[in-house]
Order: sequence, then C-alpha cells, then structure tokens
Amino acid sequence: MKRIPLHQIWYFVFVLSGAVFVFIARSTFNEYILSIINFVGIYIILAVSLNITNGFTGLFSLGHPGFMAIGGYMTSVLTFPVAKKAMFLELPGWLSHLALPFLPALLIGGVCASLTAFVIGVPVLRLRGHYLAVATLGFLIIVQVLITNWESVTRGPLGMNGLPALTHLWWVYAWVVITLYVSWKIKFSSYGRSMLAIREDPLAAQCVGTRLFRTRVVSLALGAFFAGIAGGLWAHLVTAITPASFSLVLAFHIVVMVVVGGSGSISGAFVAAVLFSTITELFRPLEESLDAYGIGEILMALILILILIYRPTGIFGTREPGFLTAKST
Amino acid sequence: MSDSVCLAVNGLEKRFGGVVALTDYDIEIRSGELVGLIGPNGAGKTTVFNLLSGVLKPTRGTIFFKGQDITRFRPDQNAVLGIARTFQNIRLFNALSVKDNIKAALHPHMGCGLWKTVLNVPGYRRSERRIEDKSREFLDLLGLLEVENEPAENLPYGLQRRVEIGRALAVNPSLLLLDEPAAGLNPNETEDLIQTIRTLHQRYNLTIFLVEHDMRVIMTICSRIQVLDMGHILAEGDPVSIRKNSRVIAAYLGQPESSAHA
Ligand SMILES: Nc1ncnc2c1ncn2[C@@H]1O[C@H](COP(=O)(O)OP(=O)(O)OP(=O)(O)O)[C@@H](O)[C@H]1O
Ligand SMILES: [Mg+2]
Repeated sequence: MKRIPLHQIWYFVFVLSGAVFVFIARSTFNEYILSIINFVGIYIILAVSLNITNGFTGLFSLGHPGFMAIGGYMTSVLTFPVAKKAMFLELPGWLSHLALPFLPALLIGGVCASLTAFVIGVPVLRLRGHYLAVATLGFLIIVQVLITNWESVTRGPLGMNGLPALTHLWWVYAWVVITLYVSWKIKFSSYGRSMLAIREDPLAAQCVGTRLFRTRVVSLALGAFFAGIAGGLWAHLVTAITPASFSLVLAFHIVVMVVVGGSGSISGAFVAAVLFSTITELFRPLEESLDAYGIGEILMALILILILIYRPTGIFGTREPGFLTAKST
Repeated sequence: MSDSVCLAVNGLEKRFGGVVALTDYDIEIRSGELVGLIGPNGAGKTTVFNLLSGVLKPTRGTIFFKGQDITRFRPDQNAVLGIARTFQNIRLFNALSVKDNIKAALHPHMGCGLWKTVLNVPGYRRSERRIEDKSREFLDLLGLLEVENEPAENLPYGLQRRVEIGRALAVNPSLLLLDEPAAGLNPNETEDLIQTIRTLHQRYNLTIFLVEHDMRVIMTICSRIQVLDMGHILAEGDPVSIRKNSRVIAAYLGQPESSAHA
C-alpha cells in the first residue's frame, strides 16, 4: 500500500480547517466581522496571484489593480439585473438583456483581465526593472481613465451601485484555495522552475532553452486572471464599484504583501496578506473615531521599511516552510 | 565517430559601436572534436561564444550548425537545437537548489506546459518523474548528489563551476561551449575537471569547444587549438605546433622588445 506523504496530509488539514472555519464563522460572526474576513480572503488572492508575476518570474508589476478593475467591472456588468441595466447603463442590445449567474460572470471577468495582460504584455514586457514598473503603473492609470470616461457602460466616476451581494465566505475562500493550489502546483513543477530561473538570471535561462518572452507573458496573464476574479468578488462584496477603488495605493498594498512575505514565497504572500489586511481593517474604525486617517498605511510602510532593512528577502525568502514541501529522498 | 561538420563559421564579425571585438573569424568543427580557443585578455574569445550561442548577433558573417543557418537565432532556439554553454563569470540560478538548477534546464526539453501542470494529468506526472531521474543522473555524474538541496549560491566556487556544467548537459547538447571552466579552480579541482570533460566527451558523444587560460587543460585535452588576438585569428593547429608558434608566443609574452625589460 502507498503511504500518503506528510505534506499532503497538511494540505488536507488546511483545507478542512478552512472549511470548518468558514462554516462556523458564517453562523457566529456578525456582518462586520464577516466582511473583514472576506476582505482578508480577497487580499490573499491578490497577494498570492501577484506573487506568481512578481515573485516567480520577477516581473515587478504595479498593474494588479488594473486587472482587478477589468475583472470587477466585467463581472458587475454581467451580473447587474436587467431592470437596473435599462435604468442606469446604455449597453449594446444583447448585453442589456443578459444577467449571468455569479460563477460564469466571475470567470469571464478573470479571462478578460487575462486577455488584457496578453495584449499589454507584448509592448510592456520588453521593458525591465524600473521601466517595467513605470509602464505597468501607466497601464493602471490608463484603465482608471478609460473606466472614468466610458460612462455608458461604467457610469464613470460615480461607479455602479446596488450590485447584487453575491460574494460570501464560501465564494471567497474557494477562490483562495484555487489560487493557492494553482500557484503551489506551478512553483513545484518544471514550469515553475523555469519561471524562477528567469527571475534569477534571464540570460542563463534563455541559454538553456527557456522561452523568455512567452513565459513572462503567461505569468503576467496568470496573475491577471486571479486579479480579475478578486475584482469580481470585491465588487459583489462591497455591492458597488468605482474607478477610485483600483488605485496606486491598492497596488502599493499588494506589492508590500509580496515583498514582506518574501518574493516567490506563497506562504509568505499568504501570511503577509492576512497580517496587513487585518491591520488595515482593524485600524479603520480607529482612524474614523480619531479622525486620523492613514494610521494603517503608516504602520504598513513602517513594517515594510523595517523588513527591507533587517530582512531584505522578506519573511520567508523565496521558500516555503519545510513541513509543507515534499522532501525528496 | 562521424566526420560530419558540427559547426561551420564564416567571416564572422562583431562590432560594439566603434570597437571591433572580432573580425574575419572562421572555424569548422567536426562532430566529436574537442577544440580549444585561447588568446590574451580581450582577444574576443567570449565574444565568439556569445555569437555562437545567440546571446549576441554578428554584424557580419554566418554560423551554420549541422548544416542549418543559425546566424540570427535566439539563445533558446540554439539550446533546443543542441548548443549549450557555460559562462566565464558563473551565472547560476542562485536562489534555486543545485538540483532545481539542473531541472530548470531540463524543462524546455522534457517539461510540460501550464495546463497539463495545473490539471496534474498523468502525462505531467510522468514528465516530472523523467526530469527527476535525469537530474539525478547528472548530479551523480558530477558528484553533486550530497549538495543537491543546497541553494546554488551557497556552494564553493569549484562546485558552482560543476553545477554550471551539469546545467549545460541538461540541455542535451551536441555542442558544448565551455568558457574558462578552470578559472578559479585549485590544481586538484583542475585535475578533476580534465577528467570530467574527458568523461562527458565520450559518454555523451559531445563536440566540445573550450576557452581556457590554463595551458595544462588546453594542451592535454584538445586535439586542435585556435588562437585569437585582438579579434583576429592568429594561429590554428595541434597543441605541439601551437606551443612552438612564434607569433603565439609573442602575443602571449608581449612584443620581443618589451619582454626584454621584463
Ligand atoms: N557587450 C560589450 N560591449 C562593448 N564591448 C564589448 C562587449 N563585450 C566585449 N566587448 C569588447 O570586446 C573585446 C573582446 O572581449 P571578450 O570578452 O570577447 O574577450 P575575451 O577574449 O573573452 O577576454 P578574457 O580573457 O578577458 O575573458 C574587448 O575589447 C571587450 O571590451
Ligand atoms: Mg572571456
């Protein structure tokens, strides 16, 4: 008989305890706490997926909220009830009579974000380092401007309100598990090793036969897919979507999570996402009562600086805790 | 061993702006040959390797590999065709383990695409097993099994050189380009390296083109040597004739009048 490896038992334990947690949480916690737990989950998806692009392949992208916005708006337009569409939006005929269930709408949102990544990848991924960061920032701003001005579909700066509140813990944490599974599977596969090789030394990677450009585009598109999903989940959690939500500040938050967790470390992105989003959410009421906005941001920046000084490779470096990885014997 | 032509280079030239790093460069290497490339610092040896591997594009001339024109090919295309190289300044995937360095090089040749990976299909699991087995073969051959889980950056210099050779072998090359593999090695390690190169040469039917400053390495293992100086071919021949060639001696020791002062 074959013995089940220890690390696989751990995966099982995590998923099961996650499910138990979600089950208990939904019947015990109040709306406010539930919404925090939902946001934490969405941040996990964002950080873990950005880690594929930034951490595995080493593409310093600031464009994640841009992909999130594309997925978010796409999903919102698709799920918006037909009656409201007629009232608020001027959509092309077939779209105005269409209201999709959540799952297909989310998937279409993710795929659109991903396709956008393929399109912008062609020019943007010819750039490196700081230039790439600036170009992806440009992409983020272009997305915001387009959304703000395309009023017939997006209602411009007002955004869309009254979206159906479809997102709940099961949706969010199912996608957390999928995101974790996909990036874990990739990291410990031949494909992922070739991504990491590109991050470590693109020229050497190319000289062993790695198709640089193609692999980079794929990793951008893969990160973008999950960002798009997260955008859809976000919109239907807040039940509103505005261009201002997908800002550079959000990009900063997600990048900090990846850097602090350790570029390339899935566990790191996970832990940092939980840590930072909990801090931000917990500080929000305090900020409001003190009328001192930005305490959360300052704390985050402080932690970032300390990590960069004392542990520049992040909490986990590029690795995963030993008990989660298979020991080759 | 067959007599077919592995590599044929004609009239190769590389300029960097105004600097002419290499001109009128020709070489023909038959399959299975072990050829050395020597020359003083800045002679253009690494430039030759950069052109052959596709890292640089020539400003003039042609490169044929097994009858195919690869002059304008990218490095990854050349790798897939069977040209692998090492670097003068070691370029490993530093944060990756020794084993993963080699596995990363196996991916383009035996790995699976993204969909198969994520869906964990049987074909994917088979390919991972084959990659695992193959990587162990090279680790074993190069004596790297004890350090297979170490991050490459933690290894001493001599072992890093070996990892680089292992990684190049993982490309499954027919032509192996070694850029100063003995640089920074102590005499014992150099002795090991000579043995390793010989073993690889026979075992994998390799054609090897080797840049080296250590004359012992060059003279003992190469059947033919080409000498470069300031971007030109200065001489070509077997080790004995090269050793006696007065122009080669002059290029290495400097001009006769200056060597009188030394
Ligand atoms: N990327 C580059 N840009 C500009 N000049 C270059 C470049 N690469 C090489 N050169 C120049 O080309 C000439 C040949 O350099 P190359 O590195 O090929 O010499 P080499 O024979 O390998 O020397 P060494 O023994 O020091 O390794 C040198 O003058 C060098 O400065
Ligand atoms: Mg050189």
